[in-house]
Amino acid sequence: MTVADPPGGETAAAPPPRERPRRTAGWRRGLLASPAAPVYGALIIVIVLAYIVVAIDGDDLLSGSNVTNILQRTVALGIVSAGQTVVILLGSLDLSVAQLISLSSLLGAETMDGSDANVVPAIALVLAVGAGIGLLNGLVITKLRVNAFIATLGMALILKGVIDNNWDGPGGAVPDSWQSFGYTRFSWLPLSFFLLAGVVAAIWLLLRYTRFGYRVYAVGGDEEISKLSGLRTHRTIIAAHVICSLAAAITGLFLASRLAAGSPTVGTDGGYDLESIAAVVLGGTALTGGRGGVLGTLGGVFILAVLDNVFNQLEVDSFLKDVLRGVIIIAAVALYARRSGKPA
Amino acid sequence: MSAATSGFETGAGGSRARRLAGSLLSTGTIFLVLFVLLAWIAVLNPNFLEPGPFLAYLKRAAPLVILAIGSYFVIVSGGFDLSVGSIVTVVVVVAARLIDDEPSRTWPVVALLLGIGAGVGLVNGLVSTVLRVPSFITTLGMLLILEGAVFLWTDGAPRGALSEEFRSIGRQGIEGIPLIDELPWSVLVLLALGAAAVVLMRADYGRRLMATGDNDRAARLSGVQVDRVRVIAFVLSGTCAAIAGILLGGFAGVSAQVGSGLEFEAITAVVLGGVVLGGGRGSVVAAMAGALTLEALFTWLNLQGISGALEDTVQGVIIIAAVAFASYRLRGTR
Repeated sequence: MTVADPPGGETAAAPPPRERPRRTAGWRRGLLASPAAPVYGALIIVIVLAYIVVAIDGDDLLSGSNVTNILQRTVALGIVSAGQTVVILLGSLDLSVAQLISLSSLLGAETMDGSDANVVPAIALVLAVGAGIGLLNGLVITKLRVNAFIATLGMALILKGVIDNNWDGPGGAVPDSWQSFGYTRFSWLPLSFFLLAGVVAAIWLLLRYTRFGYRVYAVGGDEEISKLSGLRTHRTIIAAHVICSLAAAITGLFLASRLAAGSPTVGTDGGYDLESIAAVVLGGTALTGGRGGVLGTLGGVFILAVLDNVFNQLEVDSFLKDVLRGVIIIAAVALYARRSGKPA
Repeated sequence: MSAATSGFETGAGGSRARRLAGSLLSTGTIFLVLFVLLAWIAVLNPNFLEPGPFLAYLKRAAPLVILAIGSYFVIVSGGFDLSVGSIVTVVVVVAARLIDDEPSRTWPVVALLLGIGAGVGLVNGLVSTVLRVPSFITTLGMLLILEGAVFLWTDGAPRGALSEEFRSIGRQGIEGIPLIDELPWSVLVLLALGAAAVVLMRADYGRRLMATGDNDRAARLSGVQVDRVRVIAFVLSGTCAAIAGILLGGFAGVSAQVGSGLEFEAITAVVLGGVVLGGGRGSVVAAMAGALTLEALFTWLNLQGISGALEDTVQGVIIIAAVAFASYRLRGTR
């Protein structure tokens, strides 16, 4: 590429070729060098500590039913966070996921309306709506040049208005077949966990082995330089937001299956917007973009789920739980920051 | 200082005037939007621009504008402060429980509340700089901690009552002034804080803050103590949030939800004013104008009689449109 450049190509063109190989090399160096490694280290420490604390209380953290609980909890947050990882990696973020989850659960349950025949159309409709909202987010961010924080916050308000205007409370009904999807399990392994594994695997493959993945890291590393090296950054950003919103839509469908109906507050009650961002950062992905990955996010989600589970087993007061969660999130991220030597 | 006199000065003076002119040009859009909205409201409700109703609007807007001033410092330094809404909640709930309808405790408690705000800001700042946690996560964690702690302390619901004196700060004003009848305290506080913020941004600290937000490495290399500058920005933000909480407590009363969502409103207001998230660009006056615009927008939505639920949708669309409009104008100056 540099060979073809006309002589006298300005010095401004020089940095991009140097920048790109370094970044791609950084995230391809293998599992141990990846930012996910300390996350799983932290996860193991958390599990060991949690096991001891729960054992002192006279219970077993790793009993079959309890492992099921933990896995069950990771599914919803895990899927949103996997999507959130993609947009954060390219230096954006999505605050509209919580409202989109509520809307998806309602749309899904209403369309299913208790009948098995409607399950497939309902899934198709919800995914289409999700993709449309992601597309809109992406277009507003790229073409209207609105900061992602404001664009997706505005989208959250828009969706909230639509939800409040159409639904006062739980709506729709889920047929037994769809409900069983959320509750079936093979001994201790819930069926829905395969959904999470599938989404995470898909996004991992996408980020690691496709051009789109390279582009996400490039845009997250430096959008200006990516543009100067001939990348169509707008397409990448829009596609990433579509993926993120699709993940949120899938989460909405899964929660509808758990609740047997749609709920206008299921997304906000779970705090999925900020919680998913916390999980991504806890998973070692830099908020400024360009560094991290979806496997780390999965570790971050597990950490939050184990903590939640321990608090529930010890019957910690719900307000104290918030305090502890806040302290632990800050402390964990502070530890990574110390390790990596750069601000996380 | 007029352009003619500054032209004769050398170095810093001239470039400062040019920079001021440049920043006015690039952030002027928000004043236009504010003017159009206020004019529209005045058409819908002709007595809006009379002193009484207009001061009432300013009084309503004061807490948000003060929050926006605080958030401006943090945003322009390159960070986020998501904890301001929870500081407002903490301030109101703590005030109600500690004062418990006892007038003599009012002023000591006010001092304590300001201390809480500054202290929370200090912790936010230290964790974000010394421990190098991104401020988004620091203040998100702080939000969880504060809301959990305050309701842990009061067993889940606000208790106690505010004294009349405490409430009067957000509600009453100096009476018997000709023409405007009553000058609310909150408007006075707002003017004082606004003026102080402008002076601060013009002073040494303001320039260091701007330099830090624009490029912290360059700022550090040119001798700015970047961490100290950032910590001070968080302390200012926390203090402003405490002041806003004191005003809101008097104005809106005690509830567990008093501060929820305010952090997003404050950030929206600042961005509406053309301040760039990520730091280094934008003026504090424009951030204040952004907050006034947001409050005018709420007033306008009320007057339009848009139903409660769809209000959010309209608000979301308008915020996106306004920021898009502002960034369209900014394109040339970047």
